[in-house]
Amino acid sequence: MLVVDQLHKTFTTDRGGVRAVRGVSFTVEEGRFYTLLGPSGCGKTTTLRSIAGLERPESGTISIGDKVVSGNGSFVPPHQRDIGMVFQSYAIWPHMSVFQNAAFPLESAKPRPSKAEIKRAVEEALTLVGLEGLESRPAPQLSGGQQQRLALARALVRRPRLLLLDEPLSNLDAKLRERMRIELRELQRKLRITTVYVTHDQAEALFLSHSIAVMHDGAIVQEGGPREIYREPASGFAADFVGSGTFLAGEVTSGGITALGGMVRCTLPTDLKPGEKALLVLRPENVVVRGAPEHRPNEFTGKLEIAAFLGDHLDCIVSIGDVLVRARAHPSISLRRGQDVFVEFPVEHCVAMRDDGWRPRALQRTFEEDEA
Amino acid sequence: MTSQAVGIVAAAARTRRLPRPGRGTLVVLGLAAVLAYLAAYPLAMLILGTFGVDGEISKGFTLDNFANAYGSGRTFTLFENSLIYAGGVGLLALTLGTGLAWIVERTNTPYRRAFFALSIVPIIIPGIVSTIAWIFLLSGRIGLISKAISTVFGLSEAPFTIYSMPGMIWAEGLHLSPLVFLLMTAAFQSMDPSLEESALMSGASTLHTLRRVTLPVLAPALASSALIMAIRGLESFEVPRLIGTPADIPVFTGEIYRALHGTSADYGEAGALSMTLMVVTLIGIVAYQRLISRSERFATITGKAYRPRQIDIGRWRYVTFAGLLLYVILLVGLPFLALVFVSLLPYYAPDLSLLEKASMANYTKTIGWYGVQRGVMNSVLLGAIAATLVTMLTAVVAWIITKTKLRGRGLLDALAFIPITIPGMVLGVALILQYLSPAFRIIPIYGTLWILVICYLIRYMPYGMRANSSAMVQLHRELEEAGSAAGGSWLTTFRRVTMPLLRPALVASWLYIFIVSVRELGASVLLTNQDTIVLAVTIFEQYEVGQLGMVASLSVMLIVSLVVVVAVIQRVSSRFGVRQEA
Ligand SMILES: Nc1ncnc2c1ncn2[C@@H]1O[C@H](COP(=O)(O)OP(=O)(O)O)[C@@H](O)[C@H]1O
Ligand SMILES: [Mg+2]
Repeated sequence: MLVVDQLHKTFTTDRGGVRAVRGVSFTVEEGRFYTLLGPSGCGKTTTLRSIAGLERPESGTISIGDKVVSGNGSFVPPHQRDIGMVFQSYAIWPHMSVFQNAAFPLESAKPRPSKAEIKRAVEEALTLVGLEGLESRPAPQLSGGQQQRLALARALVRRPRLLLLDEPLSNLDAKLRERMRIELRELQRKLRITTVYVTHDQAEALFLSHSIAVMHDGAIVQEGGPREIYREPASGFAADFVGSGTFLAGEVTSGGITALGGMVRCTLPTDLKPGEKALLVLRPENVVVRGAPEHRPNEFTGKLEIAAFLGDHLDCIVSIGDVLVRARAHPSISLRRGQDVFVEFPVEHCVAMRDDGWRPRALQRTFEEDEA
Repeated sequence: MTSQAVGIVAAAARTRRLPRPGRGTLVVLGLAAVLAYLAAYPLAMLILGTFGVDGEISKGFTLDNFANAYGSGRTFTLFENSLIYAGGVGLLALTLGTGLAWIVERTNTPYRRAFFALSIVPIIIPGIVSTIAWIFLLSGRIGLISKAISTVFGLSEAPFTIYSMPGMIWAEGLHLSPLVFLLMTAAFQSMDPSLEESALMSGASTLHTLRRVTLPVLAPALASSALIMAIRGLESFEVPRLIGTPADIPVFTGEIYRALHGTSADYGEAGALSMTLMVVTLIGIVAYQRLISRSERFATITGKAYRPRQIDIGRWRYVTFAGLLLYVILLVGLPFLALVFVSLLPYYAPDLSLLEKASMANYTKTIGWYGVQRGVMNSVLLGAIAATLVTMLTAVVAWIITKTKLRGRGLLDALAFIPITIPGMVLGVALILQYLSPAFRIIPIYGTLWILVICYLIRYMPYGMRANSSAMVQLHRELEEAGSAAGGSWLTTFRRVTMPLLRPALVASWLYIFIVSVRELGASVLLTNQDTIVLAVTIFEQYEVGQLGMVASLSVMLIVSLVVVVAVIQRVSSRFGVRQEA
């Protein structure tokens, strides 16, 4: 079990202090896969590095198992923390072979296991990641995907209490990334090793995790299981970051909010009073587009601006008044660009939240910079 | 809009034709001839001269020169000494420089950033000055440190002296260590810190990580730095002459000087010794090149800049801080203080009570002396001419090599690279052999400032090439093509687009070549006479005749003015946004 409590970390730079992490707290139960998800620069890596002991937080405590490794005046150096870590750049040592890379953690252990034990453990770890038979290959001759596997084997070889992964898939090409994602998930579920994973890719986070913490500006803004995070975002930022959608802002009336020149029925948080500002986020797959009206609640008339065929679905943008609504329609549906359409927001999918002023940065989402 | 596009296409088609095949080839040929005359010809004269009677092949073929140079029993000692000396220098400079680089780049030692200023030390303290300063500090009987130690421990004489092999290695190795510091900080900066962090996360301690990961990964960089320092040590003249000769520890450069300045100048013997030195240097340089290309294959030096990561070394950081401080004291503090001390005394003795008689007399005397005035004037004049010529010549050559597809540019590259392999003193010998030979009577520049101009031009050509070609490689092709597309001729484009964009690099390289020319000693000492004397040679000669007060005051003034020049350079380069290269 990993417990992080009220973690704070400020970097001093030439341009003054950067408050990278401000009061982050979370708990990862034994054997769970926990993901820190957020945009570039929100403090994910700093949090992870503090857990590893590579950064010294100025306050807050971190405990692994029942041992406090950081805080309360104590600081256990990284090499005594019993953690396996995979870096974004893999950090495979170029002067060693595959075997030597994977054996290094065991050779550094005290007491040092016997040669035979090391050999057995390394082979087991390499088999686990599918690198068996490559033991004697010099590390620089590995492909990106193989380096990634080796980094994982090296992190796992001494069966640490905790596995830390910092955007391990971000340097792979799309196809390979998808495959590694599956393998990583299976591996973690099989070994039941407590894992903290850092990524800016929401799909990765949803796919891999038992729980997800959405981070923003050095703080966790929402925590929960993948479904909860996706379906019930707690803030405009979380809704925007975890998936795409249409933001409808309006005033609270009884049973809904005023928007799209009328009223949109939705479930409202109990603490919102009539007249206050609320925000409704509509995921594209929850918006129904039809060529003919069915006269159901929350049905609006609009004009189909764009209908792009993407194979498994039709990506639609419908204008209702001056609002553009994104919808996902079945690919077999026959709609023509420019025609009038009927758009329904099924009431069961409409859950509004207090409007925190956050608006999506439309299509210009920022991606992780090279250096993370 | 469209007509403009058509214009661009048409102009681009026009540029394809430029430079016209005939003219381009002519330019390359002309430049090749100039470079060959400058770089290859003296070498040929050197080689021929070594096999000629009295250093002149026209007087007949002979092997006597080699017999004279190596016939005596000293040969073995000479090789042995040179190798021990070079190896020791390489090792000492490597150990100091790498240790410092590690402390500054990888630990949380307090104020470590301030120690980056160390990188300018090799520029502000010329080799001749630091060698003399260390003689003041460590020479057996009259050294300040030696005296202090023998007094404290009640010895009649200090247990060590600069006049020994360890002393020579100390003086040269310490002097070169900031260069290793520079090379290794660059290596650390381009090494992915997560290589080390993943070792820590694997359970390895800081020391274990250093030993098993950091140093092995940096091995090619380490080996090549050590090698280049060993070569530099072997080529240098100051320590072998000022310490090696009196201590009777012959090393190549010291022997070459002795052959030329003994009872009678023996050009043949000097040539034979030079040849050998050059072959040894060449072997070193080839080995260096191979190491470099291997390290590139190793792909640890990615050229990418990483966010610096410091290892928390706990209380040890006070130890490392003390280490840094001690190093600065040894490198700059003590030598400078020793020079100031000596410069203030009426005569030199290792006795602090002499300070009662301290005065500025040496300074007034030095400034007023015509020898110094002439040396300064010649140095500044030569430095400026050499820097200008080198920068202009190498700008054109580098442009042809990096930006055109002209045939023969590989030859230009090779020719411009040759001087790297010629130690300064060897170049001096080669130029003497060339311009004293009968065929060159029609170019009577021996004994004038022109031979020094040619010497510096040859010597610093590779520096100019490196600065210019790296700047030009970074210069995007399209910028120039846009220039010609806009209708500019080749010359207009070069003058109006290429040159202004390259100005920062050109300015930096000019200033750098100016400084190194002013400090040049190994070749100048062979090529100057009373009228053409330069500053570095003045210091050397005044030391040889025992004018210690004058030497010290001149050194102090030189250091101070170099500090000023370097400060100006830093201003200039930061304004032009260039990084300074040492
Ligand atoms: N060593 C450092 N020195 C200065 N600033 C840093 C350092 N490391 C991270 N930061 C800053 O702290 C913030 C959080 O960084 P990081 O934890 O790397 O974010 P993420 O991994 O979420 O992209 C950023 O603004 C980053 O620039
Ligand atoms: Mg990051």
